[in-house]
Amino acid sequence: MKLWRKPFDYIEKATTPGQVYIDKERCKGCGYCVEFCPREVLKMSSELSPKGYNFAVVDDENKCLACGFCEVICPEFAIKLSTVDSSTIDK
Amino acid sequence: MSGDVACAEGAISAGCRFFAGYPITPATEVAERMSTRLPQVGGVYIQMEDELASMGAVLGASWAGVKAMTATSGPGFSLMMENLGLGVMLETPCVLVDIQRAAPSTGLPTMVGQGDMMQARWGSHGSYEIIALVPSSPQHIFDLTITAFNLSEKYRVPVLIMADEVVGHMSEKVVIPYVAPESLLNRQRPKVRPGKYLPYEVDDGLVPPMAVAGEGYHFHVTGLTHDERGYPVMTAEAQDRLVRRLVDKIRLNRKDIIQYKEVQVEDADIVVCAYGISARIAQFAVKMARDEGIRAGLLQLVTVWPFAEERIRELSSQARAFVVPEINYGQIVREVERCAGGDAMTILVPHMGGGVHSPAVILEAIREAAQ
Amino acid sequence: MTNTSNIENQSIERYLRRDRLPHIWCAGCGIGPTAGCFLRAIGRDEIDPDKLALVSGIGCTGRVAGYIKLDSFHTTHGRAIPFATGLKLANPELNVVVFSGDGDLVAIGGNHLIHAARRNIDMTVICVNNFNYGMTGGQAAPTSPLEARTTTTRYGNFEPPFNLPYLVSASGASYVARWTALHIRELEKAIAEAMIKPGFSFIEVISPCPVVYGRMNKEPEGLDSMRYYQERSIVRNGADLRDVDIDLNGPIVVGKFVDREYPTLGDNLRQVSIRAKEKAQTKAKGKI
Repeated sequence: MKLWRKPFDYIEKATTPGQVYIDKERCKGCGYCVEFCPREVLKMSSELSPKGYNFAVVDDENKCLACGFCEVICPEFAIKLSTVDSSTIDK
Repeated sequence: MSGDVACAEGAISAGCRFFAGYPITPATEVAERMSTRLPQVGGVYIQMEDELASMGAVLGASWAGVKAMTATSGPGFSLMMENLGLGVMLETPCVLVDIQRAAPSTGLPTMVGQGDMMQARWGSHGSYEIIALVPSSPQHIFDLTITAFNLSEKYRVPVLIMADEVVGHMSEKVVIPYVAPESLLNRQRPKVRPGKYLPYEVDDGLVPPMAVAGEGYHFHVTGLTHDERGYPVMTAEAQDRLVRRLVDKIRLNRKDIIQYKEVQVEDADIVVCAYGISARIAQFAVKMARDEGIRAGLLQLVTVWPFAEERIRELSSQARAFVVPEINYGQIVREVERCAGGDAMTILVPHMGGGVHSPAVILEAIREAAQ
Repeated sequence: MTNTSNIENQSIERYLRRDRLPHIWCAGCGIGPTAGCFLRAIGRDEIDPDKLALVSGIGCTGRVAGYIKLDSFHTTHGRAIPFATGLKLANPELNVVVFSGDGDLVAIGGNHLIHAARRNIDMTVICVNNFNYGMTGGQAAPTSPLEARTTTTRYGNFEPPFNLPYLVSASGASYVARWTALHIRELEKAIAEAMIKPGFSFIEVISPCPVVYGRMNKEPEGLDSMRYYQERSIVRNGADLRDVDIDLNGPIVVGKFVDREYPTLGDNLRQVSIRAKEKAQTKAKGKI
């Protein structure tokens, strides 16, 4: 969304960035995480996993808002999201 | 009291606190009695929508740690077969009572039969071994129901009580003793703590200790072929291990399981081999034969499955013939013939059902065998 | 938000049998996400895992029981609900969840489904509806839309399907909801609500089945099904159940349809127990 000016509270309201870890050996290339990420953080890689699937990878991690949708939609339990703020890392 | 009611009372004395069933003549009275008694003793009675659900609910209740039972007759017995197989595969203690009636199909709903005996052994698909007990009087069905629960808990297998409509509906005096809870057998509990428990691991013997739902063991059990962890494993090796153990745990413990009663068999030349109501009638026939000078004896099978192979083999060297009266067109007679191995004649005295043999008919067969 | 997602995601780690992954479901199958919702719902409700029992039937969805580290039972085809009934009646403290597919629960198990709903027995049934029998290769099911192509309806399905929420609600369920595998957040909430609600709860989850049903019905990739759900699903909580049928390529009405309270089977059985004991007492007194 293109804004014509920065919101006045953009510092207090800054979202916590997230880090997405995708287990490329588990990924079966269904594409849900890529398609439904609201910020287009992920993309399908052109490489093949050992099982022969095109797996998903992070394209631009700076856009990630840690909404967690990729993690919950992944049918393979292959995605883990952690937030960069150290007090809430869930590993 | 009648046999059906005695069976229900036997179950209560044995600690059964769950009954799921479906009305079917001639087993309905078992359900009716259980529906009145179970709430009185803190148990649960539920009438399920069909026999498939009844057997399913019985298995579920057993897996929640409660001794559970159902009662049915031929048509319902056929419906319960798939879940009976699940009970065998999951190794679930439970008791299934079949008050047999004349068959096949709807047959004679209110009249006697003994035609489900082979089905008791082979009714579900696959190779497995089951325990089937056959009572011949209301007192006997009371006692055998307690035995059935004990055996099912000890061997973690569904135990069948193959009664017949005459025993179920006849009224005789039944003595109900006080049964001390300590005298009853219960399934072996896991000896290890939850993290280390494997549902099908045996340490000694062939029967694994059983955890139940709600205790924190977090186990998985499945009707698919599985390994000690309970996980499905799709290999021939796993199948071999599992099936052998399921069968051997019964087969190798036959001495503990098999019961029979003998009357004047020690010097018998003709052995009448019978079970259920036919055995009581055969007893008369044997007496009449003895009065005529024929050395006849009665072997009453109480445990029909596993079959008393060793006893039949022993007797086949001593006796000249086996006379097998049954209310069907020949089922257990095949087992007798197989075990006699040609050393003794085997004569079937069939009755298609709807009535019982008269002692005279059995006596006639004994006379023929004696010639 | 990150705090709650911690508890919920922890429950994935605690209750997922990671030693059995990767699971057998196809790429894009909706069962995985649904199982994930179930696990997170356990964390959200803070349900005692020792008192949770999971029962499944036969079929792709039935395999869920094997991947979850709770007391789980993989039973016979269609008979998960009776088994669960036995578990619950024998130990009312158990929180029993039945997790199975449309063929298992509605076809062979249909009778048990309506009776359990009628009894309003306290259990939660999660029905993953992929409109066919997936495990056996994609045959028609009682939930397949009219004209759908399956391996046994190559000229188009000639039987109208069940309207599951209508069926289960009419049978007497206390809680009925439908979501798709895409509505992952709502689904988790629905499962969490259903598990703590007394009475019979039924949640239908519309799922992609790309390799069989999808391939034969113009949804060859899971993404095609999910995009279809995104475009054509309509959230209508409290909808009139007569209008929530699913037609081929038609809209899918989702939402929480029924949420009501009335006595459960357990409540009624407690009454029976009280009466039985009273009667036994008066009888005993009379004899003295």
